[in-house]
Amino acid sequence: MNLVFLVVTLSLVWAAVTGSFTVLNLLLGAAIGVGAGLFIRERIESPHLLLRLRRILSLALLFFTELALSAWRVAVLVLSPNMKQKIAPAIIAYPLTVSTDVQITLLAHLITLTPGTLSVDVAEDRRVLYIHALEMHDREALIASIKSGFEAKIIEAFQ
Amino acid sequence: MIMDGLYYLAGLMLIAGALFSLVAALGILRLPDFYSRMHAASKAGAVGSGLALLAIALVSFDAAVILRALLGIVFFMLTAPISAHLFARAAYIAGYRPAGGFALDEMNERPDAN
Repeated sequence: MNLVFLVVTLSLVWAAVTGSFTVLNLLLGAAIGVGAGLFIRERIESPHLLLRLRRILSLALLFFTELALSAWRVAVLVLSPNMKQKIAPAIIAYPLTVSTDVQITLLAHLITLTPGTLSVDVAEDRRVLYIHALEMHDREALIASIKSGFEAKIIEAFQ
Repeated sequence: MIMDGLYYLAGLMLIAGALFSLVAALGILRLPDFYSRMHAASKAGAVGSGLALLAIALVSFDAAVILRALLGIVFFMLTAPISAHLFARAAYIAGYRPAGGFALDEMNERPDAN
């Protein structure tokens, strides 16, 4: 993501939030965008923008499918009469492969919004993510499904 | 014809969104402990409001409104997990445990656990 792309995006977001697409307002948005970009300029660089964009889209697609499934499962669970027997709450330690703050945050976010899991905390050394599971039947299977799903896609999108 | 279809679609999405919000509220009422309730609030709640905003975007025919509805969805997806996560973390650190206990609690083993 280079600076130009960032500034254009931020200016569009600014216009959208303020609700007016006049030239003056877009310029104001761009000025604020440049200001914001200057603060984080050391962190903006990426080799293959398009390839990355495709991977991010694929991650987003996976996320929305999982989110729909998740809401559905919570709904079914809440409405089932024998709900209390189905719940087996547990907190498991998930060994993290991703290492940067952004990636861990994203993973924790995605985990929270997907079926039966909720991020609770990250260990001090950032090697373990603690996850609350609503119905834990198989610890290894749960860890494996996150490893091969979200975490693999996040690593792909950010490498 | 297409317009009618759009309105029907938006109506259906509004109903679905309202139902998910209802389920989220029911979940907060029915689920047995705090952590489980956070599941209902963060997922069904986010989907419910997301669907409602998406329905507005579909029938507004105004770029500014559409963009703001989509931004609203994005902000919702960004903030709902953060609050759920913070609540759960705060509850754990405060020492709250579900009445039946956890089936497994690996957070217990870490050095800085209370």
